[in-house]
Parts: sequence; C-alpha cells; structure tokens
Amino acid sequence: MGLLSRKVTCNSHGQDSSYFLGWQEYEKNPYDEVKNPKGIIQMGLAENQLCFDLLESWLAKNPEAACFKRDGQSLFKELALFQDYHGLPAFKQALVDFMAEIRGNKVTFDTNNIVLTAGATSANETLMFCLAEKGEAFLLPTPYYPGFDRDLKWRTGAEIVPIVCTSSNGFQITESALEEAYQEAQRKNLRVKGLLVTNPSNPLGTTIKRNELDLLINFITVKEIHLISDEIYSGTVFSSPEFISIMEVLKDRKMDKSQEWERVHVVYSLSKDLGLPGFRVGAIYSNDPIVVAAATKMSSFGLVSSQTQFLLSAMLSDKKFTKEYLSKNHKRLRKRRSKLVSGLEKTGISCLDSNAGLFCWVDMRHLLSSDTFEAEMELWKRIVYDVKLNISPGSSCHCTEPGWFHVCFANMSEETLKLAMQRLKSFVASITINKQSHQELMNTRRKNRTNWVFRLSFQSFHDREQDER
Amino acid sequence: MVSMSKIATGNGHGENSPYFEGWKAYETNPFHPIDRPDGVIQMGLAENQLCFEFIKKWLMEHPEASVCTSEGVGRFKETALFQDYHGMPEFRQAVAKFMGKVRGDRVKFDPERIVMSGGATGAHETVAFCLADPGEALLLPTPYYPGFDRDLRWRTGVELVPVICESCNNFQITRNALEAAYEKAGEDGLRVKGLLITNPSNPLGTIMDRDTLKSIVRFVNEKNIHLIGDEIYAATVFKSPEFVSISEVIEEVECDRDLIHIVYSLSKDMGFPGFRVGIIYSYNDAVMNCARKMSSYGLVSSQTQHLIATMLNDHDFVDDFIVESREQLFKRHEYFTWSLSQVGIGSLKGNGGLFIWMDLRKLLKDNTFEGEMDLWRVIINEVKLNVSPGSSFHCHEPGWFRVCFANMDDNTMEVALSRIRAFILKNNESIVPRKLCRRSSLKLSLSRSLSRRIDDFMSPTGIMSPHSPLPQSPLVRART
Repeated sequence: MGLLSRKVTCNSHGQDSSYFLGWQEYEKNPYDEVKNPKGIIQMGLAENQLCFDLLESWLAKNPEAACFKRDGQSLFKELALFQDYHGLPAFKQALVDFMAEIRGNKVTFDTNNIVLTAGATSANETLMFCLAEKGEAFLLPTPYYPGFDRDLKWRTGAEIVPIVCTSSNGFQITESALEEAYQEAQRKNLRVKGLLVTNPSNPLGTTIKRNELDLLINFITVKEIHLISDEIYSGTVFSSPEFISIMEVLKDRKMDKSQEWERVHVVYSLSKDLGLPGFRVGAIYSNDPIVVAAATKMSSFGLVSSQTQFLLSAMLSDKKFTKEYLSKNHKRLRKRRSKLVSGLEKTGISCLDSNAGLFCWVDMRHLLSSDTFEAEMELWKRIVYDVKLNISPGSSCHCTEPGWFHVCFANMSEETLKLAMQRLKSFVASITINKQSHQELMNTRRKNRTNWVFRLSFQSFHDREQDER
Repeated sequence: MVSMSKIATGNGHGENSPYFEGWKAYETNPFHPIDRPDGVIQMGLAENQLCFEFIKKWLMEHPEASVCTSEGVGRFKETALFQDYHGMPEFRQAVAKFMGKVRGDRVKFDPERIVMSGGATGAHETVAFCLADPGEALLLPTPYYPGFDRDLRWRTGVELVPVICESCNNFQITRNALEAAYEKAGEDGLRVKGLLITNPSNPLGTIMDRDTLKSIVRFVNEKNIHLIGDEIYAATVFKSPEFVSISEVIEEVECDRDLIHIVYSLSKDMGFPGFRVGIIYSYNDAVMNCARKMSSYGLVSSQTQHLIATMLNDHDFVDDFIVESREQLFKRHEYFTWSLSQVGIGSLKGNGGLFIWMDLRKLLKDNTFEGEMDLWRVIINEVKLNVSPGSSFHCHEPGWFRVCFANMDDNTMEVALSRIRAFILKNNESIVPRKLCRRSSLKLSLSRSLSRRIDDFMSPTGIMSPHSPLPQSPLVRART
C-alpha cells in the first residue's frame, strides 16, 4: 500500500474521544418510542427540534421558494449554474438582517464583510487557515465544544491552548486565566495568534457577560491578537441576561475605527438557531477586508448549495416570519430547559444556571466515587450502557474538574425527556441505596472485626460501640 | 501587529493567473443580446447548459424531489436535521448507480464507498490532504485545469510536477514523459506521492485510450504511488471512441487497489455546479475513512442530497438524460468545430468535455508565450471573446486556446462565430483554406456562401441537414 499523509494516520481528527464513542454506542442501539423503547436516548446532540412546525407552516404558505420559482418564473437554471463564491446577494442580505435582528438591531452587518461556508465547521477551519499556522496557537476557554480539536487543529497545524475556567465562579473567564494561558503557550514555544470564544457558550449554555467581553477586548488590544467569537447559538438566548455580541461591545466602546475592529471576527450558522444542520449554512463575518478576501476564496472548498441559499433567502427575508420564529423559539427553549432542570432537581442533581443554548451543564460531582476523571468515565459509562442515556462527559469538553456533564434537551420530544429523567432518577436512587447499603455493610464488617477483637479482650467496649452506631 | 497566515496573504489561491483575468474582463462588460450586444462573450467557463429544459420538465413532474413542496414536506424535518457525514443512503445509491450507467454499466460502484465533498474542488483538496504531506508532490500531465494549482497546493502545501505532453502526438501521455517527470521530481528533492489524470481531459476534450490507461496503471504500481482519476466529464463523451474509466482498467491489469482514487462531480455531467455535489470514490479504506471525516468541511446540503437522490434514482430519466445530453453536446461541438474549420481554424480532435482545444499557432506573431498573451489580449479586447490561453493551463507550447461551447444558447454562439469569422477575415486571409478563397475580393461572396451553409445546417427541425458537409454520427442517424 502506498504511504498516506500524516493526517490520515494520526488522530487529530479527534474522533477517538469519548464524545464520539458515546454517539457510536447510541447508533448501535438508538431509542425509538415504538420500535426500541429500551434503546439509548440521545442527549449528546445539540439539535434544535422545537420549531419545525413553524418552518413547515412557512413552507406551506410559500410554495414558490420550494420550486425554484420567483414571481412565477423558474430560476432553476440560474440557481443550478450559480457557483459564485461571493454568494447569492439576496441570501447574504437576508442573513445579515437576521443576524442584526437577533442582536436587537443594536449592531448591523455589511454584506461585503460576510463569507458563506458549508456550516460553522467549515467557517471555523477556514478562519484558522487565514489566521494561524503550524507553531501558532489560539487560546480557548474551557470547557469547549469537542469538535474544535478537529476543526481548528487537524488540517491547519495550529494548536489550542486552554484558558482554564472553573466552577468557583460559574466558569467565567478571568484575567488571570487569560494571562496564564498566554504564558503556557509561550512555555510551549507557541506563538499566540488569538482567542476563540463561544458566545453563548457550548457546553455551558450561558451568555458571556459584558465585563468578560470587555476583558477579552482589553486582552487582545494589549497582546495585539485576533478574537474569534463563535455566535452560532445567539438566537437561542431565552432569558436574561440579554445576549451581547462582541460587535456591540466594540461599537459601545467606540472602537469601530480601531485596529482591534479588524481583528475581531464572528462565526455564525443556521444549524442551531433555525435547526437546519443538514443544510450546511455557515458564515464568517470580518471587518478585515484581507480576511474576507482570503476566506472568500477558501470558501470554494465548501460553498453553500445555491438551492439552499435560494430557499433561505426567501425565508429569512420574511421579517414577519423571523420575528415570530425568534420569539417562539425562545419561549419553547425556556420551557423545555426548565423541564430538564426540574427533572434533574427531583433527582438531587443541579445544573449551572443558564440562559441560552440547547443543553445544560449538569453537576454530577456528588455521584462520583472519587474526585477523578477515572470516576467520571466510570459514571459516564454506566449512564450510557446501564441508564441508556448518551450524555457527554465534561472531560471530552476539556473541563478541568471531573463530574460535569453536557446534557441536551432540545433534540427530543417532551415525553422522551420525561422518560430520560425517570431513568436517571431510578439510577441515582439505586446508587444511593447501594451507597447506603455499602456503608452499612462496611460498618457491619468493622463491627464484627471489632467484636472479634474485643471478644478476646473487653466485652464492655463492644457494648459501647453498638450504641454509637 | 499580528499578521495573518502565509496561506492567506500569499498568492497560492492562484487567482492572479490569466485564466481569471479574462473572467474579470467579461464581468466588467458581459454580453447580452439586447442590453449589451457588444459585450464580451464568455467562452472561458466550462458549463453545461444544454439540457436544462429536459431537467426542468422532470422537476415539474416530480414535486416530491423538493422537501419544501406539499408533496415532499413530510421529509423536511428529517432532511433538515440530517448532517451525518456518511451521506443519505439513497443519495449514495443514486450516485453510485449513475456513475455506473455513465460507464455503460461496465463497472459497478459501491454506495458504501461514496464520500461527499464540496464539489470536485473540495474533493481534490481533500484527496491531496489524505495522500501527501506538505512538501511532497503530485505529477500532473499538461495542459491541466488551472484550478488545480489552488485546489491541490494552496492549503495543503503539496507541490505539483508537470508531465509534459506535446502536440506532436496530440498531447497524449507517454511513458517517457511520466518517467521524466518522476525523475525531475527526484532531482528537485521532491517525494512523489501520486499522479493525477483528468479523463476526459480538461482542456483537451479528449479521452485516454485503454492502452494509455493500462500503461499509467502499471506505472503507478511500479513506483508505488497513488493514481487519482478526475472523471468529472465522464458523461460528456458525445461520440466514439467510448469513454474508458480507471475503474474498468483496474479489472484488467494487475493493480494494488489501495492506490486508486476517483474524483467525481455533478457540475459538468449534469450542469449543476451551484449545487456543490462532489464525490470521492477511493478503493483504499484508510483514505475513504479519512476523506469521510474531512467531508465535514464540505458536506452536500441534505436538501440537495434529497433532490439528487430522487432524480438519479429515476433510472428511466437517467437513461434518457445521458442520451439527450450526449446528443446536444455532439451537435453543438460538431457545428462549432466545423464553423471554425471554415475559416481555417483547427482544433485538437476531441470527443468529450464542454470545450475545444483550439489551435491558433498560425496566428501568433511570435511563437512565444508573449506572442500568445498578445493574441489573447486581442481576442478579449477586440474580438470580445473570453477564451482561455494555453499558458494558463501550463501548456508547453504557445498558441493553443481553450474555448467553451456548451455554456451559451444558439444565438450567442452564432454571434461568437461571426466575430471570429470577421476577425480572421480581417486580419489573416492567408489562413483561410485555398478552396474557399483565392483572392481578397472573394471575401464578401465567401461570407455569403458561409451564411448559406449555416442556413442549410440550421434546418427548422434543429437536426443536422442531409445536405450538411459534416458526416452524420451514428447517434444522429439512430434518432432520425
């Protein structure tokens, strides 16, 4: 066999991580209400399935968009031939308007600065190709989306250095954590090119606060580096505090003519907000024309299908629809999240307080047999194989504290969520009983040994011990 | 001040090549029959526009092919959520079957080996990432598609080493040329990882015969290097000899299949470049698995997968389409090459692709690439046709130009031909064949006689007239 590249033979694609192994287990035995009610329930997939009725009703009212038609004219030929990497102008306009609407129109976006890509996966990789190369690194706050290990590093040769965030302050980014990460990169001989944050955060489900955003901007100003803000969950912010985009902060600080303005880049996608991951619609937004020019050329490797651009330009141009959609999306996400949270509470499990995303960051530290990642893996395996829930262990998200789990709630029906909560409750109850009886057993053994010892010596000690237990 | 990567700030994207310069000229002044009759006619874009009515008719009869119509919306949710990089099973089955049919069902493709990519552009880059590390090389026969300079090299860091092909044997690939290129790479300190061939060839419009393909397969096996077969024009072969695919040849010659990879797409054969349907078909499991993971960076939109699956699983439609497409391409090609020959312009004898490899060596003032560029600028600025100069395809000899013929309607083609005629007659009557024009005073009657021939050709039924000077192909005879 001829030799292949190192990319084939190494594992930087990251697919040996537990994040993906759980998926594989799920695929062997997937839950189905009717066909496989004892199967594994998928809670590791951040999909938004709550608003398809709204999308389908829009489609029913807009049959032309479905058939490549506009004003009665067929556009099939034009669309089939349209491969211009600048993208369909009407779609870009509709997309930037939608992005502005999500941000309460506090910021606006210019269609000349947006680059369309095949999903956020492609957007993130493309930005990395533009901004970093081998020997260079981006700093990422932990915990972070496991896919970044593949998307940012695999084919680009760039490295990730973590900014360690902890539960002591709700996993917020601190100045010292930023500085420590920067130093760590230097120690590894890596040149730091930028920061990448996900806002709202995956897996935390929280929006980044204004003071943290200010901190980030101060940091990149001093260090003269880039900032990528992955805002793919911006349309899922369902309760306060309100979402603040990095662009808004720059604008409020009157930095739109500064050097930093051109070093801040936003990644967007319709996979989470609109629930359309299959359509592969991603975007890079940058104020640096060189980044836009380079990324546009690179988008040739993963353009958005013109068929999809056309459909979505019609949908997102319908402002009545987008307004209703965003509002209902928020309501339903909020309601669904509260069902998960209350279900977990009944089981004595708490979550990080969150206001966005399609998942919760769940605290199961008290269920670990020890404060170690081995114990976390042990617990996770039991949850996947015995409880039959595919959730994601915090270690797969590079969390530095064992015991946290990423649990999705928007990719299933309410009934399935209820069932998942029941299974979890039974499981936790059984551990608790086991723990109790284990403890009892340990005490009995200790008592018997002591009995035996003291039978040999002092009967009175034995009597006292029995009273104390 | 922090910089961007070298990849982003360098010229590896290749867009400063003249191939793209002509496009820019076109974009600033594009031809339109009514609004801009003096605009530049685009003949540098290898698109297949000849079968849209045929396809549109099918679409109207199959609303369920769209997940957005009332007939198809039942599949909307599951399609919208489907992001599995294995691709929809029905999509893979449909594409595998189509690829087989295009090869006359002489080979079968396994749907489990079909891997998606962002068009053939994405496929080539992905295959390069899988087969070679930065600094390693791929051999490419010249002339070759200019986009390869970007697709295979830009972000991968892979080098390209040309395999020189010459007009003296109609640009066929010889064993000597392959060996010479392989040796040269060695001398330059480059480790060769593979050979990429485009068959049918862009820009030549020719196919490789069975013996040449066998020789190539033997070569790669001897050197233990990969063979990438870009077969994106497979269904555009419109007359004999019949297309022979690598997938057929490896059944006939001893071959390590782990070396064999095919790149495919629907952009040329079906005319769907906008839908971004690229395919990698590798016989090597490790490459297939890696390419599949990399396909995350350019998956085919599930909306499009559904459309293509529905369309290509309609086997009657596919059979009819393949025949119709070949016929349209044949007619257009034959008329175009005949018209050019009438003014003494020859081209490489071709039987596939969406373009001809036009021989303008006689029109060069100097037999140099500067001479070629001068002529090219005249063609763009005076004749107002965007054709692609051979040098942008790394052709070893000046004077060849690629001219696309399938990306326009009949009227536009007539305008293009009349401009060419006018240019030739004005500038270089000596190249007009003697039997048609002895003296310059015959110019007028010549053009009249040419128009008469054209009228003969363009009979009301739109098929070739029995009075046509061109031999009729068996395809046309069968239809009429």
